[in-house]
Order: sequence, then C-alpha cells, then structure tokens
Amino acid sequence: MFEAEVKITLKKTVADPQGLTIKHALESLGFTSLEQVRMGKFITIQIKAKDKAQAQAEVEAMCAKLLANPIIEDYTVEVK
Amino acid sequence: MVERNIYCALGLNDQEYQKIEQIMGREPSSTELAMFSVEWSEHCGYPRSRSLLGLFPKEGKYQAMIGEDSGGIFYADTAIVFKMESHNHPSQVEPKQGAATGVGGIIRDIFTAGAKPIASLDSLRFGPLTEPYNRFLLKGVVDGIAFYGNCLGVPTVGGEVYFDESYSGNCLVNAMSIGICPKDQLARARAFGVGNSIMYVGSSTGRDGIGGCSVLASHEFGEGEEKRPTVQIGDPFTEKCLIEATLEMLATGHVVGIKDMGAAGLTCSSAEMAHAGESGMEIDLDKVPLREEGMEAYEIMMSESQERMLVCVKKGKEEEISDIFKKWDLHGVVIGQVTDDKNIRVKYQGKVVADIQTEALAKAPLYQMPFQEPANLKVMNTLDLKTIPIPADSNQVLLSLLSSPTIASKEWVYEQYDHMVQTNTTVLPGSDASVLRIKGKEWGLAATSDCNSRYCLLDPYRGAQIAVAEAARNLVCSGADPAAVTDCLNFGNPEKPDRYWYFKNCVMGIVDACKAFNIPVVSGNVSFYNESPKGAINPTPTIGMIGILPDVAKRCTQYFKDDGDVIILLGETKEELGGSEYLKVIHGKVAGQAPELDLLKEKAVQKAVYEAIQQGLLNSAHDCSEGGLAVALAECCVSNRDKAIGSNINSSFVIRNSSLRKDALLFGESQSRIIISCSKDKTAKVEALAKANQVPCQKIGQVGGESLKIEGLIDLPLNKLNDAWRGALKQYV
Amino acid sequence: MKFGVIVFPGSNCDQDCFHVVKNVVKQPVEYIWHKNTGLDNFDCVVIPGGFSYGDYLRCGAIARFSPIMESVIKFAKAGGLVIGICNGFQVLLEAGLLPGAMLRNKNLHFICKFVELKVEATDTPFSSKYKKGEIVRIPNAHNEGNYYIDDKGLAELKKNNQIVFRYVSNPNGAVDDIAGIVNQKRNVLGMMPHPERCSEAELTSTDGRPIFESIVGWLKQHGRT
Repeated sequence: MFEAEVKITLKKTVADPQGLTIKHALESLGFTSLEQVRMGKFITIQIKAKDKAQAQAEVEAMCAKLLANPIIEDYTVEVK
Repeated sequence: MVERNIYCALGLNDQEYQKIEQIMGREPSSTELAMFSVEWSEHCGYPRSRSLLGLFPKEGKYQAMIGEDSGGIFYADTAIVFKMESHNHPSQVEPKQGAATGVGGIIRDIFTAGAKPIASLDSLRFGPLTEPYNRFLLKGVVDGIAFYGNCLGVPTVGGEVYFDESYSGNCLVNAMSIGICPKDQLARARAFGVGNSIMYVGSSTGRDGIGGCSVLASHEFGEGEEKRPTVQIGDPFTEKCLIEATLEMLATGHVVGIKDMGAAGLTCSSAEMAHAGESGMEIDLDKVPLREEGMEAYEIMMSESQERMLVCVKKGKEEEISDIFKKWDLHGVVIGQVTDDKNIRVKYQGKVVADIQTEALAKAPLYQMPFQEPANLKVMNTLDLKTIPIPADSNQVLLSLLSSPTIASKEWVYEQYDHMVQTNTTVLPGSDASVLRIKGKEWGLAATSDCNSRYCLLDPYRGAQIAVAEAARNLVCSGADPAAVTDCLNFGNPEKPDRYWYFKNCVMGIVDACKAFNIPVVSGNVSFYNESPKGAINPTPTIGMIGILPDVAKRCTQYFKDDGDVIILLGETKEELGGSEYLKVIHGKVAGQAPELDLLKEKAVQKAVYEAIQQGLLNSAHDCSEGGLAVALAECCVSNRDKAIGSNINSSFVIRNSSLRKDALLFGESQSRIIISCSKDKTAKVEALAKANQVPCQKIGQVGGESLKIEGLIDLPLNKLNDAWRGALKQYV
Repeated sequence: MKFGVIVFPGSNCDQDCFHVVKNVVKQPVEYIWHKNTGLDNFDCVVIPGGFSYGDYLRCGAIARFSPIMESVIKFAKAGGLVIGICNGFQVLLEAGLLPGAMLRNKNLHFICKFVELKVEATDTPFSSKYKKGEIVRIPNAHNEGNYYIDDKGLAELKKNNQIVFRYVSNPNGAVDDIAGIVNQKRNVLGMMPHPERCSEAELTSTDGRPIFESIVGWLKQHGRT
C-alpha cells in the first residue's frame, strides 16, 4: 500500500481571488512580508501498487483525467 | 447507582435520576441514561415550556394540521407544511456549519412530512457589526445558508437580519422552511403494525454532534476515546439526493411513517415514532451503517450525524425501498421491527443495551417555573421625551437611520442565496413579504418572519403581539390573507424567574394576537439558555407566518410605481418614540414603552388594504415599521432595484400633524400604519374602503421626481437615499 | 421534436427547464437519468443547472464522467442541439464540448441576481429570436461563473463569432465579459445565466423565453442534422 499526496494549484497565469483574499487578511493581521499567497487543493490517496513507480504513474493518470483541470490547474504527485 | 457527576453532566438532576431508576426498577445502562437525558431535555421534551405552549390556538380560519415534527394548513386540495427552528448555539461556535445544518434540519422536517420543500426563510440576529467577531458570524452564517440551501435547490426567499448588543456572544439563527403536497400524500412520524420493518436511510453514522454525552466517553464508558467537536458537518449534496429518494419512496405508498434523525438522532426518532404509533420497536445497532470504527451503543444512539432518517416500511416492501436509495447512492437498510410491547429495545453486539417503555421516555417531567417581573423594567419603561432633544437636521437623521444595519437593505445577504430556483418566486426578496406562485394553481403563497425584540424587552406581551401583527401586516401588504403561524421562541435561562417572566408574557401575547387574527400556531420550537456572560438576549419570539393569495396575479409590492400616483397613509401616528430605532441610533437609548397596539384597529387597517388589493386598486403597499414613516417612504422610493422614483409629501399633511414632535412624526414607530399608492382615478374608491372599515386615511402626497420631499422637513435626492440604504451593510463586510 | 433534460444527482434546475419546455414553449420533453445511455430519440438536450455531485472536486468534473455524457458527446458531434445552463455549462466545459474553464466568482460569493446581457450573436440555433446588440435581463445564480480562457483561445472565440452573450456589467470577473458561448459548429451552447427563470410573465422578465423559442424555431426549420 502506498500513500500518494496530490497538490493541485491554479496555474500561475490564472488569477486566484481566494489566495488574494487570504493575502489581504494576513496583511491586515500584521504579516506584511508576504510576496504571494496561492490557494489549492490537497488530496491523499491510498493505493495498492506493485511499486512506487506504478503508484506514481497511476495517480498521475487520475490527475490528468479527473482530479485536475489542465486548462486552469497544475498538479504535483508525491508517493510515500 | 450511576455516579452523580455522570448524570449531572448529561443534564439530569438528582430527582430526575431517581425517577429514571424508579421507572426502570434498576440501574439504567449508559445507553438508557443517555436516551433519557435527551428525551427529557428542553430540546426534545419541553419540560419547562410545555404547559404554556399548550395554550396556542390550534384552529383558525383555514383548516390546520398539526403533525409530530411540523404543521401546516390545508388549502383547496393542497397541504402547506411549514416550521421554524433555531440553530443558535452551533452557529455561535461554527457559523457556517451551524447555519448550514440548521437549514438542513428544518428542510428534513418538511419533506419527512411528505411535502416538497418550496422555500426557506431565515431570521438572523447578531451583535453590532463594529465588533469583528459579529462580522465573522454574519459572514459565516450567510455563507452556511447559501452553501446548503443553494445546493439543495430550495430557494431562500426571505427573512430578516437584526443587530443588537444583546446578541453579542449569542447570535440567533432561526431557519424556516415551507413545503407543499397533495392533501392525501402527507406522511406522519409514526411506527405501527407489528412486524413492519424499521429502515435506516441516508448517510452513515459517525461521532459528530454527540453533545453532553461525550462526557460518558471520558468516564467509565469507553476510556481513551478521541474527543470530538460537537458541531455537525452538513452535506447538502447528500440531502438533495435524500429529498429526491424520500419523495420517490413516499410515492410508492409502502411507508407507514417517517422521521428525521435530528436532535439526538436515532434515540428521538425511534422512541418518538414508536410512541406516536402506540407501538414498540426493536432495533439492532449492528445493522446501522457506521462511518467510524469502535463506536459504543450510546454513541450510535446519540449521534447527530446529518442527512439520516428512520422509516417504518410495510412488511415485504423493504427491498423496493432499499433499491430507491441505492439508485441515489444512499444507505437504505432494515435495522429493526415494530413490536407489540410498547417498549423501545436496542440490541448491539448480541446484547440488549436498552429496554425502556416509550411512554416513560416521551413523558418528560413537567416543571412549573417561577417567574418574576425584572427589577429594572420600570426604569427601562421610563422615558421623559422632554429630555430627548429634537435634532435640527432631519435629513441627516433619516440618512443615519437608513444606514443603520438593522434598517439598511439586506441585498448583500439575499443575493448570496438562490432565491429564484424552482421558478416560483414572483415577488423577490426586498419587499414586505415574498410571494410564491404554485404551478398549475391560481392561488399563491406569501411568507414572512418578524420580531422586534426591543419591544419585547420593554413589554413582552405587547411586543409579541406586535410581532404577530407586523407579520400579518407584511403579508397583507403583499396581497395575502394571513393564514397560520410557526414560532421560534428564543429566550435566556428559564430557571431565572425574570427570563421566564419574559417567556410567559411573550407566549401569552402570541396566543391572544393569533386568536384575534383567527390564525393557528401550527408548529414551532423553543430555544432557551441564550445567554452570554453579559446576560440574556432580548426576548425574541420570532414569528414565521404564511398567507394565501386567492389569486396570485393580484400580488402587490412595497415600492412606488408611477409618476402622479397618490400616496395615502392609513392609520394613526401618535407621539411614540419608546423602543424605536431612532431613539437607539440617534440618542443611544433603549427605553420607554413599546408602541401601542389595538388589535381591532390593526385588523381594520389590514382588512382595508387586503380588500383594496383584491379589487386591484393599489399600486403599492408598505407598512411603517423600524424607522417610522420617513424610513418607510424612503424604502417606497428606492427599494425597487430597477427603478427608483421620488415622492412629494405635502405641507397640509405636515401642518395637520404639527401637534406632534417632528421626530415622532417622521421616525416614531406607531403601529397599524400602511403607506399605499394608487392612481388618481382610484383614490375615491380607496378612501371609501378606508372609511367603510373605519380606518384613518390621509392623502399625504404624490409619487414622482428625483427626490424624497416631506415639506419643510426632509429633502433628499434619491441617490443619497439609495447610497445610505443600499451601501451600509456592504461597508461592514 | 423532443427535448431531453439530463438529471444528475444534485441537478436542481432540471424541473424548471422541463417546465418551460413543456408548459411555455409546449414541446414534448423527458427527463434523462445520468446513468442512462443513448439519445437517439431526442432533438435537443438540456443540461440543467444545479450542483451535480455537490460541486465536489470541481463544478461539473464528476458529472462529466456519468454514462450519459458519452452519449451527449456523440450526440453533439452528430450535430444535435445541446444547451448547458449554469452547472450545465460547467459540465460542457469539463467534457471538452466547449473551450475554457470556470473559476470562482471574483468576489468569492454566490451571486443570485438579474444581470443585463448583450446579445452578441444571433446566427445560432439558440439566439435567432433575439436582435443582435439587444440588451436582455436574465438572472445569474452561481458561485463559479468566472469564465476563463487563455488569450489564444479567446482570439479563436472572437474570430469564429462564438461569443453569444456578454455581461453589460461584469459581475464575476469573466474573461472579456463572457456569459455564454457556442462551439465552432454552433450546435452546443453554454451560458451561466438562467433563461428558464425568466420565460414567464409571472417571473419579473420574459427575456429568457426567446432562447427556447429559437431552438423550437430552428428545429422546425432544420429538423435534426
């Protein structure tokens, strides 16, 4: 059994109003040294696979097909 | 004997515990004790309020129907089911989920009655928005209502939002829902017929919402359990599927009874269904779909996991029912049977963990609570108007009132709610009441919720009467005949005699006002213990009311329509400033007497307006409430989002009323007043109707222009009124 | 001529669309359960608004993999008329039948209100009963109607005259004020505002009705291609 962690974020070129709102809120709380805040999704998947590489490939396929929308989102997969 | 600290932590006192031992004839099991504690709590068994609630009229001009979990009226071939319920404490802790699950719960009460939910309203009360936590609460609660209601596809068509210091630390979230169905399709929350199956449908059961019972876990039962937050999490998608599946199931005709697993989940639903059906019930907890491992019996019985229901199904039809839920990816499993012994018997892991007479559970003790007029009431009621300076600039006062959050436009709130889905909302939020058409019928429905809690603080009996009268007035202004009431009674700790005095007097006020209007109270809810360290909330008996429009095409809205229309004021303006928004906002005082209310005069005004609308004479009707005549006129001018229109109030009106202080004339909140407008040619007929009903009637001015002018007192351009009224709430959020 | 209204778990404007087709433009109409396949008997498919699968993961992302969607794609490729409203538009984007994607509204709130739209294209089966340049009032009701497409895609939309409705005053941050688009073949329309909510005199505005009338008119004239 492997555990995959999927991080999905909006592409850099896509405006992220949630991230921006969080940034403003943090700034109003006195955290003034912020450059940028981006908000995304974090998904954990427990998966049976014969090895890490197979798990990685399968989860990446899930991302491409369903978990992320390639028009607006980027993703990374980390298998543990 | 069970340790004292355990049953006390469950909210039971020594006498109650002893009574339980006596009923059982032995020491109760942990599951039994937990079941008693919730069934005898104020939330379920109403031990401190039941005797008074029995006084509410149960009959009125429309045939009433009072069910186990909701009530309503019959109109023509249709049953209209509705109810309001509080979700105050959960919302104060976690506003989004608290409000969302409040909406979910009340909607379940509607569709478990067999009715399709067609609209919701939400009555909300917060502390001042100058405090950050109150802003957080407002935003969170609105977000939660939107998150849940929008997804369900049940339009949120109205409600109210009030702000007052007394709600800082204890906000109020009262959710109301309305549903309709053909008369003969109503379902009841009963289980009967020995051998019939008890089915569990909906989501799985987790440890969420196990309130006071978590204390059991930290004592001898189930050491080392992970402590859980007691806030339930709502899943509107599942509820949406549950609505569809439930209505599909009820249409099969195989259902004997059905009940939501709301407060105290499986405990309440099983015991109360069996009791209502004069039957017994045996359930096996091993068959309950669980979301978490290692749950104890009492946890399964107490869990308040959302989106679950208990159904009594005719023997032999279980599979058909189960298939319907499977289609919607929901659980639908048999967990027990109806028995003939009038006991609720619960089995888990091969053992009987509870075996109680349903009668004993259902009959919570009844307490006569001591009550006493609050010591500070006489001081609060004292107001010497001579000490209140009359502001020189009435324009400025009007703008301040329009931008007071209680009066200001609530567009920021209701634009976050889907108020149009189901395509029945013919009068959108923002008028006195929302109006719904019923597809395929000529008639329609109007709904509103009202309560001015400041009046109730100053005079609970009259304040509650005003809440009823104002709700009825709002419906009448929309063209509807007031038909029935649901109430949500929010008060402080009933064990304190002054709090209970407020409760008692408010109930009596509602009783007498409803009798005067000949309308029943068909459903409702009591929420006590609304207190923060600073004290109790203002007594808040929220009135939800529905009305019938015999012809929905004759609906009316509050805003002025056409240039040249005549503006008429019905009712009498007195020198009354006690409890007014003006006194609070401009002079910082909550004092004096609540405005007078003469129910006969109120009924006469309403009758005149109702008849005028039925005869097609009026172009608008709007009642005078918080902020008085000047605020009501301003709202008539700018509340139409598509078209603001000015008005001119003539000097003869001002001169005729010159014996009144000008602040009382403009901003006093005398009751039983309605501003109407009509075309010139209909004026005589309107005046004749007013006269026939012995209603004071003054032509006060004309619609038109780019400003609101009250000769010699007010002169403000529409854009200034609009900015003050529409912009205010957005500034805080 | 037969309309089909697709029902996903969580659809909540299915009955509203059904009502307008059946009782306003008075055409035969059926619900189509999302687990069904095959659309041979239909001339126009409506993908209604709502929260299919609770809008979990991304609006429309899970519905897009319902069995019926394979049939919808086939139906659209064969020239059948498909209209996706609100969540239906999001499903069409996820399914790749229309270009672009949806982001959350710029103000991060659900917005339910009447908005003004400018009719930019009338040479489609869905908008022929409007006048080009006409301003119409149709309500929005969504959380994620902030239409996104990259510059290249936008240029393509403009070049092919695929933008059918633009907001007069942009409520949600949508690229180029886009409220509704068609595909290149012009037989698939996606729009965020809800025409079914304003097709009857009782409901404040009737500006949505011409969309349904355009479809009926087009089908009468062309039959099914």
